[in-house]
Amino acid sequence: MTTYQIAALGRGGARWSRLRRLTRGRGVLVVACAVVAVAVLAALFAPLLAPYDPDAVDPAAVYQGSSAAHWLGTDDTGRDILSRLLYGARPSLLAPAAVTLTAGLGGTVLAVSAAWLGGWYDRLVSALLDIVFGFPGLVLAVVAAAVFGAGLQVAVVTLSLAYLPYIGRVVRSAALRERNLPYVSALRMLGMSGRRICLRHLTPNLLPLVLVQVATSFGYALLDVAAFSFIGLGAQPPTAEWGLMVANGSTGILAGRAEQSLYAGAVIVVFVIACSLLGGGLSRQLLGDDR
Amino acid sequence: MTGSPPLLVVDDLRVDLPTRDGMRRVIHRADLTVPAGTAVALVGESGSGKSMTARAVLRLLPSRARTTGSVRFDGSEVTTLGAAGLRRLRAHDVAMVFQDPRAHINPVRTVGDFLTEALITTRGVRPRAAEAKVTALLREVGIADASRRMRQRPPELSGGLLQRVMITAALAGEPRLLIADEPTTALDVTTQAEVMAIIDEARAERGLAMLFITHDLALAAAVCDRIAVMYAGGVVEELPARHLHERAAHPYTRALLASRPDPAATAEPLRAVPGRPLSAFETGPGCAFAPRCAHAQDLCHTERPSLSPAGEGLAACHFPAADARVTPQPGARSTPHGR
Amino acid sequence: MIGRFVARRAAMLVATALVASVAVYGALFIAPGDPATLLIGGGKPPSPQLLAEIHRQYHLDDPFLQGYLRWLGGMLHGDAGQSLTYKDSVTHLVTERIGNTAFLVAYAAVLIIVPGVTLGTVAALRGGFGDTLVTVVTTALMAVPTFVMSVVLIWWLSVQWDWLPAYGAGEGFTGRLEHLTLPALALATAWLAYVAQVTRSAVRAELASEHVETAWARGVPERFVVRKHVLRNAAGPLFSVSGVAVAGLIAGCSIVEQAFGINGIGALLVQSAAKQDLAVVQALALITVVVFVVVNTLVDVVTAALDHRVSLEGTA
Repeated sequence: MTTYQIAALGRGGARWSRLRRLTRGRGVLVVACAVVAVAVLAALFAPLLAPYDPDAVDPAAVYQGSSAAHWLGTDDTGRDILSRLLYGARPSLLAPAAVTLTAGLGGTVLAVSAAWLGGWYDRLVSALLDIVFGFPGLVLAVVAAAVFGAGLQVAVVTLSLAYLPYIGRVVRSAALRERNLPYVSALRMLGMSGRRICLRHLTPNLLPLVLVQVATSFGYALLDVAAFSFIGLGAQPPTAEWGLMVANGSTGILAGRAEQSLYAGAVIVVFVIACSLLGGGLSRQLLGDDR
Repeated sequence: MTGSPPLLVVDDLRVDLPTRDGMRRVIHRADLTVPAGTAVALVGESGSGKSMTARAVLRLLPSRARTTGSVRFDGSEVTTLGAAGLRRLRAHDVAMVFQDPRAHINPVRTVGDFLTEALITTRGVRPRAAEAKVTALLREVGIADASRRMRQRPPELSGGLLQRVMITAALAGEPRLLIADEPTTALDVTTQAEVMAIIDEARAERGLAMLFITHDLALAAAVCDRIAVMYAGGVVEELPARHLHERAAHPYTRALLASRPDPAATAEPLRAVPGRPLSAFETGPGCAFAPRCAHAQDLCHTERPSLSPAGEGLAACHFPAADARVTPQPGARSTPHGR
Repeated sequence: MIGRFVARRAAMLVATALVASVAVYGALFIAPGDPATLLIGGGKPPSPQLLAEIHRQYHLDDPFLQGYLRWLGGMLHGDAGQSLTYKDSVTHLVTERIGNTAFLVAYAAVLIIVPGVTLGTVAALRGGFGDTLVTVVTTALMAVPTFVMSVVLIWWLSVQWDWLPAYGAGEGFTGRLEHLTLPALALATAWLAYVAQVTRSAVRAELASEHVETAWARGVPERFVVRKHVLRNAAGPLFSVSGVAVAGLIAGCSIVEQAFGINGIGALLVQSAAKQDLAVVQALALITVVVFVVVNTLVDVVTAALDHRVSLEGTA
C-alpha cells in the first residue's frame, strides 16, 4: 500500500509534514540517526553479533520466551529470534536500498535527458512516467512474481520500476528549471557540448534533490519489500527477513506465541519512523525545505 | 471639532503579536480620531503598522495577539466587546474593503453568494430580497451586467471588477464607517482612479465616515479630510489634509513629502528618506525616527515624544518645524482635491 | 474548461488501461521458456500433449497483436479463460470472491473517511491539547504498515481479548460485519491517520486564508464561516486524499486478505501468483489496475468540479 501513500504525497499534502515539524529540535534527529546506524551495523556485523546461527533449528527449544539463553525467545522451530532479526537486517535493508538506488539512477538519467532534449522524447518520457505513476506497484510486482517466480530479486526489479516516477517526475521538473537558468546558455555559447553540460553541471546541481528523494523513498520501499515478503512472494523461507518473520510468526499468534511477529513488526515500524525523520532532516539540510 | 463624540476613537493602542521568538510589538502607540462623516487617511510605509491599526478596530488580529489601550466606536469600547456585540459591530457599523480582492473573496463560491451572505446570515434578509438589493448596488458602482456577474465566480472577473464587488459588499451592510485598506494597491493603474472615484462617490452620497489606509500621501491628501502619518508602529503626526504641504510639522512627514516626485517641480531633485524604516519592535527608548532624522538632537535619542499640538494638528516631535514649507515647491497645492 | 479537463483525464485513463493490458498480456511472453507452462501453473513439467493442447486452446502461436486482441475481447465480454490449477473458469473464481473484497474495501473506506475527516476538522478548529493528541497519535499510526497492523490486531483484539474473529469472511451481512471488522481496521488505520492529517492541514490553511478573514470581518456567524468557507473550500483536497486512500485500499486488499484468511480476489491474486497460474493473475491484475485508475480519475474529476481552480490550473 505504501507506494500509493507517496502518490498521495505528490497530489494532496505532505504526508510526514507534521512529524517533521514536531521534531524541529535536533534531539529526535539524533535518535533517528542512531536507530538507522544500529540497523546498518547489525546488517554488517550480524555474524559477530548474533548469538546463534539464524537457521539452526532446535526441536528441544520451540517457542521459548525471553531468557538469558535466548533474549527474545525462539520461534516455532526453535530458531533464535534475536539472531534472525540481526541477520534479517541484511535482505531487509539491501533490497529497498537496491530499489531506491536503481530508481534514483534511472529516474535521474531519464529526467535529465528528457529535460535537456525536450520535444517528443520529453513528452514520451513524461507520459510513460505518468502511466507507471498511475499503476499500483504491488500489482505489478505480483504479476512479475507469477511470471518469473516468487523471490526477492524479482520484487526488487519490479519495485525499482514502480519507484521510477516518484524520483523521475520531481527531478524532471527541477531539471527543466535548471536548464533554463542563464548559466546553461552561457556554457552553451562557450561551445560546451550538451552531454558535458548535463554530466558536469546539470546533474551535480540536481544531486541534493535526488539524494533527498532517494532517502525519503527508502522507508516506503522497505515497507513495500517487507509487505511483499509477508504475502509470500518476496524473500522465501528459510531466509531471515523482517517481513517474512512477521508472516512466519503469525501462525503462532493464535496459540498465544506472538513474539516473533511483534518483534519483527516493531523493528520495521521503528526503522521506518527513523528513516522518515532522517529524510525530513536531510531535506531541510540540503534543500532548505521546511515542508 | 464638534461637540458630539467622534465616531471612532483609537486611544493609546498597543498591539503585540506572537512570533517564534516570543511576543513582538507591532503597534506601540496609535492615537486616531475619525469624526462622523469624515474621511481620515492613515499614511505610512509598509510595516509601519497602519493595516494592523485598521484591523485592531474590527478586532481582526490573530487570536493570540495582545491589545492594550482603547478603541471606541460611537462611544462604546470595542476591545472588551463580547462575541455577539462584535458580530453586530462588524455586520452593522463598520465595513472593510481589503487590499487584494482576489484573495479576500472566496474563489470557490459565486459572486452572488459572497454579496448576499452577510445580509442573509447577519440580518435575516430573505435570499430573494438580498439578491435584489445587491444587484441594484452593483449597478450603482458601475457594473452593468450585474445579474450575470452574480452567477460568476471570482476567477472569472478582473481585479477592478472584483474590487467593485468588494465595495458593494461593504456598502450592502449600510455601515457608518468604511475602512479601506489600500483598496487600489493591487489594481492596474488604469482602474485605480475608477475604484477611488466609486468609493469617494458612495461616501459622499451616504455621509459615510472613512478610515483610508494608504502609503500614497498624494492620494490621501486628495480624498481625505484629515491625515494621520504612522511610523514604526506609532502615529507621529495628525493634521488637516489641506495643510499637509505648508504645515507639516514632523520631520518624517516632511521627508515623505520631499521624496515624492512632483510633476510641476521639474528642477527640484528628489530626496529619498535616508536610512531604512524601522519596525515597532526595533525602536529604542527615544523617538523612532531619530536615527534617520536630520534635525535629531540628544533628547530625541533618549525620550520618546508624544502627540502634542503643533501648527494645525498634532505632532509627536520634540522639535516640530514651525510654520514652514517643506521645500520651496512651486507646484505645491493648496486645495485637497487638486490632483 | 471543465469539459476539456474531463476529456484529458479520460484519455489518460484509457491510455493507462491499454498500457496495463498490453503489459499484463505481454507478461506471458517475456517469461523464459514456453508461455504454455505458465498457463498450466503448478510449476510441474507438463506433458508435451498438454502443452500442444494449451498452445491450440490459447492461440499462443498466433502473432502477438492478434492474440492480444482476442484476449482483450474475451476480457471485455467477461470471458477470462480457464484456470488449470483451480480447474474452474476465471470468471467464476472472480465473481465468487469479489463480494468479500468489495465489502472489505467499502467497510475500510467508511472507517477511513468518517473518523479521518472528523478528527482532522475538530483538531484544526479546536487546537490546543486535542490537536496535539490527534497529531501525535496519527503520526505514530501512519508508520505502521498494514501487515504489521494485521498481526497486532489479531494478537490484541482476537487472541488476548477474544472480541472478534481473526479468520475468514463470514456469511451474510452481520457475519461479514463481524468477521471483516479487524481486517477493515488493519487496512484503514494508516490511511485514517493520513486523511486526518491532510484534513487538519487543509482546514487550518482555510482558517488562515484571507477570504475567511473577510467573512469574519463582515460579522458572519462562526457556523456559517466553518461550513460555507472553511469546509466548503477544503472539500476539494479532502475528497482528493480520500479517493487516493480508497484507491490504495484496492491494492492493499491482497495483504489483509492473506493475513486474515479471507476468500477474496486479493488473496486469489497472491495465491495464483504463487502457483504461477497466469490466466488468473492476468485477469485480476487487469481488473485491479482498471478499478484503481478509474477511481483515481473519478476522484480527480469530482475534485475539479468541487474546486474550479483545479481544472483552471491544469489548462494554464
